[in-house]
Amino acid sequence: MSAPTLSKSEATPSRTGRPGSNRTDSAREEFMRSVRRNLSAHGFLIGAVLCFSFFSWYPMVREFILAFQKNENGKTTWAGWSNLTYIFNDPAFWQAWRNTLLFTALALLLGFVVPFVIAVVLNEFRHGQGYLRLLVYLPVMLPPVASVLLFKYFYDPGYGLFNRILEVFGLPAQQWLQDTDTAMLSVVIAATWMNMGGATLIYLAALQGIPGELYEAAELDGAGILRKIWHVTIPQTKLILSLMLLMQIIATMQVFTEPFLLTNGAGPEGSTTTVVYLIYQYAFNFNNYGSAAALGLVLLVLLAGFSAVYVRLSRSSED
Amino acid sequence: MTANTLIPRRKREATVEVARPRTLISPAQLGRSRGRTVYWIVFALVVLLFTLVFLGPLYWMVTGGLKTTQEVVQSPPTAFPTSMHPENYEQAWKVMDLAKLLFNTLYYAFGALAFQLIFDVAAAYSLSKLRPIFGKAILGLMLMTLMIPATVLVVPQYLTVLDVPIVERNLLNSPWAIWLPSVTNAFNIFLLKRFFDSIPRELLDAAAIDGASAMRTLRSVVLPISRPILGVVSIFAVVGVWKDFLWPMLTLPDPSKQTLNVGIYSLASGVPENVLIAALTIASVPTLLIFLLFQRNIMSGLTAGGLKG
Repeated sequence: MSAPTLSKSEATPSRTGRPGSNRTDSAREEFMRSVRRNLSAHGFLIGAVLCFSFFSWYPMVREFILAFQKNENGKTTWAGWSNLTYIFNDPAFWQAWRNTLLFTALALLLGFVVPFVIAVVLNEFRHGQGYLRLLVYLPVMLPPVASVLLFKYFYDPGYGLFNRILEVFGLPAQQWLQDTDTAMLSVVIAATWMNMGGATLIYLAALQGIPGELYEAAELDGAGILRKIWHVTIPQTKLILSLMLLMQIIATMQVFTEPFLLTNGAGPEGSTTTVVYLIYQYAFNFNNYGSAAALGLVLLVLLAGFSAVYVRLSRSSED
Repeated sequence: MTANTLIPRRKREATVEVARPRTLISPAQLGRSRGRTVYWIVFALVVLLFTLVFLGPLYWMVTGGLKTTQEVVQSPPTAFPTSMHPENYEQAWKVMDLAKLLFNTLYYAFGALAFQLIFDVAAAYSLSKLRPIFGKAILGLMLMTLMIPATVLVVPQYLTVLDVPIVERNLLNSPWAIWLPSVTNAFNIFLLKRFFDSIPRELLDAAAIDGASAMRTLRSVVLPISRPILGVVSIFAVVGVWKDFLWPMLTLPDPSKQTLNVGIYSLASGVPENVLIAALTIASVPTLLIFLLFQRNIMSGLTAGGLKG
């Protein structure tokens, strides 16, 4: 490619050397082409953009507006911070957060650790991996109402399968969903069974990317299985582990369906009322959209922190 | 190394270890007879445990639907139905009007799939290959919605559906309330765009030189090579609607418009336990079939796109 110097290209009027009028013509043509190209490109975008505008972007803006409005006798007025002060003074608010944090902690303990252990074990198997993967992922595909109502049946203190299993092992029968102490744990067990397949398969894929030489090197240093896990497996999957941890925190803090179906949302003495269930109650039981939106905002601010870390981590993984 | 360990190792390499990447446990360790014994014991235990934990509940569900009303709530529960009652399934089908619920769910799921395939594929194609002005900003706004917890938006979205601004329509009890919001799936757009980005520029330029329009290029060049990602996105779209609960419960309150999840939930307390369990079994069959048929696509899609976003 010949590269004329700047002064040279300024001296020669145009690349084609044509008179000025044609030059503006071709410039206009160029411009029209770009307009047409942009129009057609935006034509492809318009359907999605309209859907996003109506059902995603507009509701996002509305969420912020609603949080500072109140609706009395059909009239909507500005409420200032009163929705927020109302929810902070609602004892259910603090209970819902305690329950949600308990759910998140238990769900991480089970739903974060168990899939990793399963993945590490499955990855060692030379046989039957396909079958075992299929099994782990099977519950993910069930409609939630089927798995949840099935678990509700298992949890029944009278004729449920779980008390029968405890009995076989000589353990005392539990009230499961009907006891304030075990209600949330029961919800977590069901939720983990339903959802852990995805995490397990993602960990398995990550484990398969670990170079085998690292294990060989660790063995030369005399490392046993646990030390190999600690010094090779975990560091090598650190990024995916932290991404999944964040994703699970974000997902479990929004838990709704499982407690709603298992314990009608609140549970014994409100022991399974989660934040999202409280949003649901404010909005659809008490018609108090302002407080629902205010509580949503609190949840949003908290989870936005986790989302931001997630985005940063996943960006750094692409570099 | 002694000849002792050498022989089983060679045998193992010839049978199962061909081209298998090295993992946590060293092949030499597994090659020893003690290692192999431990391996098979652990393997048998895990297979047994997994089968019990993951297939056990499904077995209990299928057989629970075959038991009598007394037997299903009997204590202690029976592992095998003492007498078979397949008519429970028939009753569940009739009493809970499962045909209607199933049809509704299919209608919503495949409608949502159609809208997502048309709008999201077009949008991703435009953002990836046509690159209009403000395209980056629009993509950014779309991806931003991934940062907003979905449950937070349920209330304002519901209010929007009650009275859609500008067009002033109430979409309550209408399938549009499922279809249109399903298009706002930024994750699918992201997956599609990332796949389209990997299609070489020259391929599209060649089509353009042949005089193909943008639409024609999409149809004849881009879509045929994008089959794998379209499969993944389609499965996610259908399964997403199939599994959704809160949104269809809010927007489709009319019992004749409900989905399987919501319909079964709202009728659950009114039917005997064995009929309910039979209904749960029937409701599980379609997604399980989808899974067994497309498990490869589902699992590869999960690990390909599961982390980014």
